[in-house]
Amino acid sequence: MTILVAERVSRNFGGIRAIDDLSFALKEGEIVALIGPNGAGKTTLVNLLTGVLRPSSGHIRFEGQDVTAQRPFEAARRGLARTFQIVQPFPKMTVLENVAAAALFGGKQESVAAAMAMAREQLEFTGLTQFSERSAAALTLAGRKRLELAKSMAMNPKVLMLDEVNAGLNGSEIDGALRLIRQIADRGVTILVIEHLMKVVLSLAQRVLVLHHGQLIAEGSANEIVRNPRVIEAYLGEKFARRFTAEAAHG
Amino acid sequence: MSRRTQYLLFALWVILLASTPLWASNYVVRLAVTIAMFTALTLSWNFIGGFTGYPSFSTAAFFGLGCYAGALSERAGVPMLLAWGIATLVVGAFAAALGAIILRLKGHYFAIGSIGVVEVVRLVISSWGSLTGGGDGLNLPLLAGGPNVVARIFLAVMLAIMIVTFLITVVVDRSRLGFGLRCIQQNEDAANMAGVNVTLYKVIAFTLSALFCGTIGAAYASWTGYIDPSDSFSILMSIKVPVMCLLGGPGTILGPVIGTAAFTLLEEVFWANFLDYNRAILGVVIVILIFFLPGGLLGLSYRDAMARIGGMFGRTKAAA
Amino acid sequence: MDYLQTLVNGIVLGTLYACLAVGFSLVWGVLNVINMLHGSLIIFGGYLTYFAWHSYGIHPLLALPAVSLLMFAIGYLTQLTMINRVVNQPVLTTLTLTFGLDLILYNFMTVYYTATPRRVTLDLGVVDLGGVVIPFDRLLGMALALILTGILYLMMKRSKIGRAIVAVRMDSAAAALMGIKVNSIYAITFGIGSLMAGATGAIFAMVYPVTTNLSGAYLGKAFVVCVVGGLGSVQGALVGGIVLGIIESFAGQFFGPQHALTVGFLLMLVLLVVRPTGLTGVKGYE
Repeated sequence: MTILVAERVSRNFGGIRAIDDLSFALKEGEIVALIGPNGAGKTTLVNLLTGVLRPSSGHIRFEGQDVTAQRPFEAARRGLARTFQIVQPFPKMTVLENVAAAALFGGKQESVAAAMAMAREQLEFTGLTQFSERSAAALTLAGRKRLELAKSMAMNPKVLMLDEVNAGLNGSEIDGALRLIRQIADRGVTILVIEHLMKVVLSLAQRVLVLHHGQLIAEGSANEIVRNPRVIEAYLGEKFARRFTAEAAHG
Repeated sequence: MSRRTQYLLFALWVILLASTPLWASNYVVRLAVTIAMFTALTLSWNFIGGFTGYPSFSTAAFFGLGCYAGALSERAGVPMLLAWGIATLVVGAFAAALGAIILRLKGHYFAIGSIGVVEVVRLVISSWGSLTGGGDGLNLPLLAGGPNVVARIFLAVMLAIMIVTFLITVVVDRSRLGFGLRCIQQNEDAANMAGVNVTLYKVIAFTLSALFCGTIGAAYASWTGYIDPSDSFSILMSIKVPVMCLLGGPGTILGPVIGTAAFTLLEEVFWANFLDYNRAILGVVIVILIFFLPGGLLGLSYRDAMARIGGMFGRTKAAA
Repeated sequence: MDYLQTLVNGIVLGTLYACLAVGFSLVWGVLNVINMLHGSLIIFGGYLTYFAWHSYGIHPLLALPAVSLLMFAIGYLTQLTMINRVVNQPVLTTLTLTFGLDLILYNFMTVYYTATPRRVTLDLGVVDLGGVVIPFDRLLGMALALILTGILYLMMKRSKIGRAIVAVRMDSAAAALMGIKVNSIYAITFGIGSLMAGATGAIFAMVYPVTTNLSGAYLGKAFVVCVVGGLGSVQGALVGGIVLGIIESFAGQFFGPQHALTVGFLLMLVLLVVRPTGLTGVKGYE
């Protein structure tokens, strides 16, 4: 069952075509990785999918509905959640209140009290319970990433887009994050991860989308795309790609 | 301070103000009316300026519009209380429409836009002489009973409005709306992402901030019996109200109440004793407020204040 | 209606407005502070000039440089001791602070000088340029305004300090990393703002009555010019000033002089919503 579809989506910024005639579909329950060199347009794509930016052309459909013109809060309420590369908490609120905010509005909880209860659940799920009453601004980077996850989960998302959720984390922190992500997937949430770390991509993703200069240049399983010449070229340059394919042919 | 204590303090303050006719001079009774009036104005401003963090300077526009809407209704034969109701609705509608446009601006631009609104409304009213009497102002039917009786009536009126705005503040503070406004104030983009309908909430806050300014304006017009554009649309009011809120503690329930009380009493002291320099002293109070009371009186931490004062005399580093 | 006369009136008026606003615009654009003191500083410059003329017989043209320097010093010190503390704080804080300072200055002027309008009467007559009549004092005012803004423009473009100011305006963090002492630049910019205000006051003293009652009106004009023309640049103030001058001149002819002000403010409001960066497109911080 496809849950999220991008149909020939483009986005221009002045003269620059940040996303170029891009089409793909996410199936319910999948874990898909979105990779590509810096500046490929990965975050822009997520912004387009969540209503932060509007496509210059093309359509976006969520559960069959056309949501191309949605605003960010509408996306959140529909169940399209995302985390940020640069974490943005509500600085003067506690960790609990931060998550409760997401539960109350995006998660459409009935009352502040119900939102707090939902928030406590998500804090437990992400292992942040001991920080409930601390100020969000006082968390470490790893803690803030978990807070982002907890906030997204509090919105009862159907699709969760994780934007470089592992940036800045050390080895064991990344393992912890991976465990959480798998648990989230087990709950039936469709996940789109933007990642630089191949280790994460290889261990998590069932399917990989490769973006370069705003275009989708490859799509397939992790093993397939690592050998894809276009992908190698995008990351490492033309010369290396030719050498690599030449060696592979002779090897 | 627990909620119970806050409600209790408020109730005591109301009783104190309400009782002034029993034990104080007419001058003090009028002072109590002023305090009640400005407390309601400040509580109103608190919705947009304190909770939502948008520095509005439009209070004078709402107040003045209320004055004129009320005065014109009364002159057209509408009974006084109904005229106040009409003024409230007119100002509310105006604020909602204005808010939809002006709340797209942020920070400095919003502040200036809100000041610009006051000027434009004032100028429009001044120029529309045939309707509003222009610079000559408008007279309203005087109330029977002589100034002292009338003052007591309006003490009751202003206190009633003050109590209503306080109650609404309490409800908003505990509700979904209040939560959302606080999110907007701290990080508007994150609030949007978390599912808050930011535009709707801002417009609601802005309308709430205007509604009772309209009522107060109309009541004020009925009380004084005469209004003109420069009094009704005084920029000074638009600046005093936020300062009172800042003084007490913006975004809290009791802050506006305490701030207005402190400010008005200070003003009285200075006005009575230093008439010529009262503006300058007001200025000094504001400057001191900005430097030493960043969270208002309610946000006061004596250690912080002492550290700041100490910091002025020597480059002391903050304690580790 | 004599279109040409109205247009010329508007341009002359506009240059005066540009001079009035340029200091305010710089402070706003570079320090991100709305200086509510500005109107009163203009009046203060006017009073100093008036009394130099009235009590000591010093011609305003001679007083202009002295007043300017004095105002620069006042501005510099004010920024260093007070404004600097709040430079990175939210709007409400900075605006309230400068408003408080304005109250102090305003009150002292009212008490010391009283609000009675003072006039420097120079009796210079009018100039007739092919049917278009311009009072000579305004023409002189316009010339001085253009000279002052011209000097400021050159300074901003060519001198080291000017470039430092522009750098700080664009990105204060980056400027600091390049070795620019940002606090000094802030103080200098504020000093320049006061200087231009005072100089404007000196020029205005020859053309308009000097009274504290006008302080608010001047401040209001400065706002409008900034929004119309764009923040933080001399070009912006010039464009904004002249546009405002022309619009007010024509609005005054069509609707009557008392409506000229309203039209100006309405224009500002519309532009705020539609294009806050103004006609030259430099956006202030938010």
